[in-house]
Amino acid sequence: MERSLRRFRANKIGLCALGMVGLLAVIAVAFFVLDVLGIPWPMDPDATNLERKLLPPDSVNWLGTDNLGRDVFSRLLNGAYISLTVGFVAVFVSLFIGVTVGAVAGYFGKWVDKLIMRFVDAIMCFPTFFLILTAVALVGPSIFNIIIVIGLVSWTGTARLVRAEFLTLRESAYVQAARALGQRGPKIIFRHMLPNAAAPILVTAVLGVPEAILAEAGLSFLGFGVQPPQATWGNIIADGKTYILDAWWLILFPGLAILIAALSFYLTGDALRQAVETRSERQ
Amino acid sequence: MSQPILQVRNLCIDFVLEDRTIEAVKDASFELAAGETLAIVGESGSGKSVTALALTRLLPVPPAVIKGGEILFDGESVMTMDAARLRKLRGGKIAYIFQEPSTSLNPVYTVRSQIGEAIRLHRRDVTDVDAEIVRWLDAVGIVDPAARMHDYPHQLSGGMQQRVMIAMALACQPDVLVADEPTTALDVTIQAQILELLRELKQRLRMSILLITHNLGIVGDIADRVAVMYAGQIVELSPARALLQRPLHPYTQALMNSVPQLGHELERLQAIPGNVPNLGQFPSGCRFHPRCPKAQSDCSQKAPELVEVEPGRWVRCPYWK
Repeated sequence: MERSLRRFRANKIGLCALGMVGLLAVIAVAFFVLDVLGIPWPMDPDATNLERKLLPPDSVNWLGTDNLGRDVFSRLLNGAYISLTVGFVAVFVSLFIGVTVGAVAGYFGKWVDKLIMRFVDAIMCFPTFFLILTAVALVGPSIFNIIIVIGLVSWTGTARLVRAEFLTLRESAYVQAARALGQRGPKIIFRHMLPNAAAPILVTAVLGVPEAILAEAGLSFLGFGVQPPQATWGNIIADGKTYILDAWWLILFPGLAILIAALSFYLTGDALRQAVETRSERQ
Repeated sequence: MSQPILQVRNLCIDFVLEDRTIEAVKDASFELAAGETLAIVGESGSGKSVTALALTRLLPVPPAVIKGGEILFDGESVMTMDAARLRKLRGGKIAYIFQEPSTSLNPVYTVRSQIGEAIRLHRRDVTDVDAEIVRWLDAVGIVDPAARMHDYPHQLSGGMQQRVMIAMALACQPDVLVADEPTTALDVTIQAQILELLRELKQRLRMSILLITHNLGIVGDIADRVAVMYAGQIVELSPARALLQRPLHPYTQALMNSVPQLGHELERLQAIPGNVPNLGQFPSGCRFHPRCPKAQSDCSQKAPELVEVEPGRWVRCPYWK
């Protein structure tokens, strides 16, 4: 634990990435609060101004304006909240399902394991993004639906990981000892096994966030995601693609935002994995 | 002698694998009286640990199958117990300590939390759990138990960890303590300390101990009776002192000759010729006959029975004289 913390601190890239994640989180929360309080800053993200449409970045609109004269910078800040919410909550949903399913399969083994894992295999056969697209098309696009759908289709990796961890943990001496002590099954799963699988679960969780962010951006870009006028990074790009030759700022900045967000989470997750990795100790 | 607390009769355990079936334990019978210490001695794969785990049905089924026999705890059949009674039996009546103390403790919890869990499971009446933890840690010889109980397992030495395991087992106040090679993973000096501790606790608590070991050397220190296992069978069952002074079965004799003894002039140690038979490929007739110096022509045909040849001494060999 302490060693993992020390290793994480020594990883400069990981620290920068974590800082970036923190910054994004602060921005998202701050602008959500400002928006709710009705004091949008620097401008109202939804206010149109047709006299100032499609303007390149200048001193008034720092990142330019779109075809309705809305301020791109304000819309980006506002979109951060959607992206991060979708990212975190969807991962939470998928973790909940994945950990439960994987734990049951790994702990009970035998036919329970076979049945569950074949089901997981079947789900993994579908291309994830099209599964999400179909599901959203069926239930209708809203932030809530998107979160649930992304969570519902992305738990398979976690389930497989947790199952593998549990298959190993099940044979460990302290689980044997807990059984010899007369402890009941659920208690063994949640008290003795789950905490020992926490590190890899945390890593997949962090690596799952950018997947969810990218999925949401993709959905919004295709028009199946969060609906206008609510700004998200995906639909800003979608709106801007018509003007791609005249207004590069409409594509570039939201694209950069997505890139930075996804990259920060990936790098954080990667650094985290290296920090908790006990198998490949290189000291 | 009063009614034995634990009776095992004709226990047969198989491991059913995909391509073959392995006879891990065949026809094992023994009894454990209250306050008695029985040692089960045998090489790796002789079935001693399997027997110990089977006592509370801890063996994973499948692959293990208890094919026959009877296990009675306090007169009640373990084979027919439901899950709830089994959980009460495990830890509460029959407690285990295992070979590797360093892996038998959960690395993410403190000593206090783990012993506390055991106490809350089996002794609902205890109100001051912490005091009870301190009492047992003290009983197993841990210095400054009130401070040590907040330690994590990795902060303790191997000997300390094993003491914690023993404290955890004893805290549930079991009738039988099953010690499955409790000293194998420890240094020789620590081994002696742990054995001394077990012997002292046994006298103080009047508890039955089933000691599983491959080391004949520690048997004399602590055991009242000894069961020697070879290839899944008990080949000799005898009071410890008598067995060590005058082993009757050729395997026990060979085993004793292969252990160095203090005080004896430099004799060459005698290895037992041949190898332990592979599991599931036991020779016909007596399972020891290919390696036995006293083997006769009919040993490969007829499987010998465990016979009481002297009062309290059972031997599975017709040619023990």
